[in-house]
Amino acid sequence: MRPILEISDLSVAYRAEGGDVRAVEHVDLTLNPGEVVGLCGESGSGKSTLAYGATRLLRPPALVTSGSVRYYGNRITHGGDPVDLLTMTHRELHAMRWREIAIVFQSAMNALNPVLRVQDQILDAVHAHLSMSKQEAREKAAGLLDLVGIPRGRLRAYPHELSGGMRQRVMIAMALAADPEVVIMDEPTTALDVVVQRDILSQIVELKERLGFAVLFITHDLSLLLELADRIAVMYAGRLLETGASGDIMREPAHPYTRGLLNSFPSLRGPRRDLAGIPGSPPDLRDPLPGCPFIPRCGFAVPACEAVDMTLEMVGGVKAVKGPIGHLTACPIVTPEMSQEGVLS
Amino acid sequence: MSAVRDVWRNLPLKAKIGTVLFAMFVLAAIIGPELAPYDPSYQNPDPALLMAQPSARHLLGTTQTGQDVLSQVLVGIRQTMLLAIVVGVFATAVSVIVGVTSAFLGGVWDELLSLVSNVFLVIPALPLLVLLLGYLSGKGQWPTIIVLSVLGWPWGARVVRAQTLMIRNRDFVAASRESGERTWRILAFEIIPNEVSLIAASFVNTVLYAIGASVALAFVGLTDLNSWSLGTILFWAQSNQALTLGAWWWFVPPGLAVALIGTSLVLLNSGIDELGSPRLRASRGAAKIAGHKIWGTDPTPVLAQLTADRSGIGEFLHSFSRDSLLDKTPAGGDLR
Amino acid sequence: MSEPVIVSEPAVVESAAAARGPLAMEAVGLNKVFKLGRSQVLHAVRDVSFNLYQGAVVALVGESGSGKSTVAKLLAGQERPSSGVIKLEGNAVNVRGDRAFRQYKSQVQYVFQDPFSSLNPVHTVGYTLTRPVKLHQQEVTDHEKAVTALLEQVRLTPAKQFVVKYPHELSGGQRQRVSFARALAARPTVLLADEPVSMLDVSIRLEMLNLLDDLRARLSLALLYITHDIASARYFADEVLVMYGGQIVERGPAEDVTQRPAHPYTQLLIASAPDPDNLGSVLKSGNVAVKTGAEKAGNIGPAATGCPFNNRCPFADDKCKRENPALQLVTPDRAAACWHLDVAAAPQA
Repeated sequence: MRPILEISDLSVAYRAEGGDVRAVEHVDLTLNPGEVVGLCGESGSGKSTLAYGATRLLRPPALVTSGSVRYYGNRITHGGDPVDLLTMTHRELHAMRWREIAIVFQSAMNALNPVLRVQDQILDAVHAHLSMSKQEAREKAAGLLDLVGIPRGRLRAYPHELSGGMRQRVMIAMALAADPEVVIMDEPTTALDVVVQRDILSQIVELKERLGFAVLFITHDLSLLLELADRIAVMYAGRLLETGASGDIMREPAHPYTRGLLNSFPSLRGPRRDLAGIPGSPPDLRDPLPGCPFIPRCGFAVPACEAVDMTLEMVGGVKAVKGPIGHLTACPIVTPEMSQEGVLS
Repeated sequence: MSAVRDVWRNLPLKAKIGTVLFAMFVLAAIIGPELAPYDPSYQNPDPALLMAQPSARHLLGTTQTGQDVLSQVLVGIRQTMLLAIVVGVFATAVSVIVGVTSAFLGGVWDELLSLVSNVFLVIPALPLLVLLLGYLSGKGQWPTIIVLSVLGWPWGARVVRAQTLMIRNRDFVAASRESGERTWRILAFEIIPNEVSLIAASFVNTVLYAIGASVALAFVGLTDLNSWSLGTILFWAQSNQALTLGAWWWFVPPGLAVALIGTSLVLLNSGIDELGSPRLRASRGAAKIAGHKIWGTDPTPVLAQLTADRSGIGEFLHSFSRDSLLDKTPAGGDLR
Repeated sequence: MSEPVIVSEPAVVESAAAARGPLAMEAVGLNKVFKLGRSQVLHAVRDVSFNLYQGAVVALVGESGSGKSTVAKLLAGQERPSSGVIKLEGNAVNVRGDRAFRQYKSQVQYVFQDPFSSLNPVHTVGYTLTRPVKLHQQEVTDHEKAVTALLEQVRLTPAKQFVVKYPHELSGGQRQRVSFARALAARPTVLLADEPVSMLDVSIRLEMLNLLDDLRARLSLALLYITHDIASARYFADEVLVMYGGQIVERGPAEDVTQRPAHPYTQLLIASAPDPDNLGSVLKSGNVAVKTGAEKAGNIGPAATGCPFNNRCPFADDKCKRENPALQLVTPDRAAACWHLDVAAAPQA
């Protein structure tokens, strides 16, 4: 089966006088049809830059410095060769946006225009990317609200009359208007309460099952991804540190950073443990240190880490192949068996 | 000092031009009248020197009554700049005080001060000026200064008020209260510093307005005809048919001076935003990437495409010649 | 089956936090009503009573709109209660007038939620911290030293480096530490932390909570921790108060309330929280309370009559729609406001 979106060796930098900021460095990420891939990282890890760079939405001084972003959707390729977003012109990209790849932006609740009614905003999006009569468009807008479980009467409402969760669902509905193959969601539930968040996540899962799109879910909250995603990619300082099925990541995290992340969630069930989290803060991307960017905060760092080239290798060596979905890590030093549960030194 | 140098380096070109130009006029205002070769009111009785073209003795020619235009312009620059800056300072100060107070205190105070602003907004300038000129004749430019100041603050006050309403709800204002700061200190040290760029822009706009309004009023004769402002020169030029008689040296220099001062202010304004915001100061990145000019609305540039391709404009034009996306595009490919 | 006695006065509960230290602050019967114009009112806080003790953390847990932030603002003196009393060390509090307010502020400080807007962008960290030092530590002459001490307390070292920074040069976590430092400059006995870590990355939250815990222990602060994340409340607090629709619907020791929730709303909160130990459990679960409560989440606010949760509660009946239950004792240190505590406590299908 072909993937739907294949990001290969992508690097994105921000040009600046004091030196380029290498926000994304040589990242490979593949999205299969109907799959939920979670991209997890702290603020400043480059996760949003990765998504927006791949879809060419970043403004100068951003620059894509290497790689390709291949899209395999049949409406465009008709079963033939994939198209590379990085070589497309403005017009070609415009045709892709919304119809093939849709984005639900961070702080989507503030992305709604406060002086337009919900209906008008949905119609705006529909008319910009699809051609249909006004009547059809209005029916479509109503249908979209049905899709996300908002009463049709709310079409005439202004954004401030809706709750945070509802606004988020309007954004999701808009993103689905043209029936895209890929939906990128950038921190969609960050400012929402836990109950509403749960609701939105179930909604996303249900829609995905029904309409068959793939989801790239970007967040700093690994616990959400463990529940929601099929595969997870952990990003730090512009690089991927670990990728794999969410079950593998949860049960046998290979990279010390992932281990640290898992150790940062106070859990509700099970005994009350003492948690350490991850001390320190993310590095300055202008001045990258040699080797693994996690060295200053890693409890397992040894001098050999400075020579690591950050390629992702199979966890446990070539022999430990687990089914079609590989579990990869960038840390050649630490293995799941080596690191202990609990506190990192 | 290095902060000033940093700001200067990051200003856009037009703001630099504006600043330099304005500085030149400030310089002219300060030392100009000292350099003036003649007293501007001195009427040279030599008939050959009436409405005379520019010459070595009179670099900008003479007026109909033998007065040296250059001297008049040099004095005029000082008079006009002085008037404009005084009006600017006064009107901006009042507008800030009224705007911030009414927004921060809200309630009855807001209603009251807004009412006052609105009243002043609609008072017509001309009748007021005529009245004051009658009362205060012989007091030089003061009538004009008073009228323009008194009528120039309400607009700025409304703008400052709107800005303050937004800032007032930000957490750091409430946090100042939490720390126990007094209200006046919150207004002066927490709120107003966040409005510096707005206030500076408002000041520049007011100065611009003062120049334009004073010249326009002077042009129709509503000015102290004993003082030499640029507007007065233009008044005399116009009333003595300088245009019809082709005496361009009489009205072009003062008119040009007014236009240039105004232009410099407009250009200066474009750099003002950066003064107020430390964050904006830090983030002026290059919109020129790898030798190509990239607009904010372009898709993110890709290094490989930039070096391989024709420039931005060529690419843009070229994109119209392509068929729709349904054409096969080879992966990683060739755009020809 | 005997009907439980209808309790009209909320039950008096032994607070789990009382063990930590002396009484610092009491909230007694607080109410706050907002007029929304056109004769509409919002009863944001209804009859809320609880105590804060030195060296103890009391968590106030609830969704947005539950009234928890309003409670904090009442205790901070930013709003005045419509009725009810706040007592500080036994004396009723009066914040009328600037001087009384400032005096109050030297004992009770409030930390804001949003690190990105709670620091003035045009002032350096040094200025932001020097102001409260000047206002509240008037006997101190060496302000630099005091500011350095504050920065060290919140672990922003080397202090010299941070004193000259502007907020936009700091990360969210660092900004929040500066906010804590600013509150501590007043040397308060009570610290009201309104969602102090909600806007920070999950990986930093733990560090910040550990810092707060450390400060609590070292300075014997009475900490009110307001959050919508009940998992962090379990980790951090001594006593948990769950709020819904402006009322306290359950209270008790943090461990008990989170492990054996009595009120259906608390059960919903617990079930909705992501469970890293149990993949996909909730999304695919048949948990009745979760399904019904979650479906209506965000669409329906608290009910106007009777128990505020009756329009989302799987156990609601006519009585719940008519009469608003007061807090009833479950054990001497736990209480919940529900007519059907016995049914809600039964294990779910």
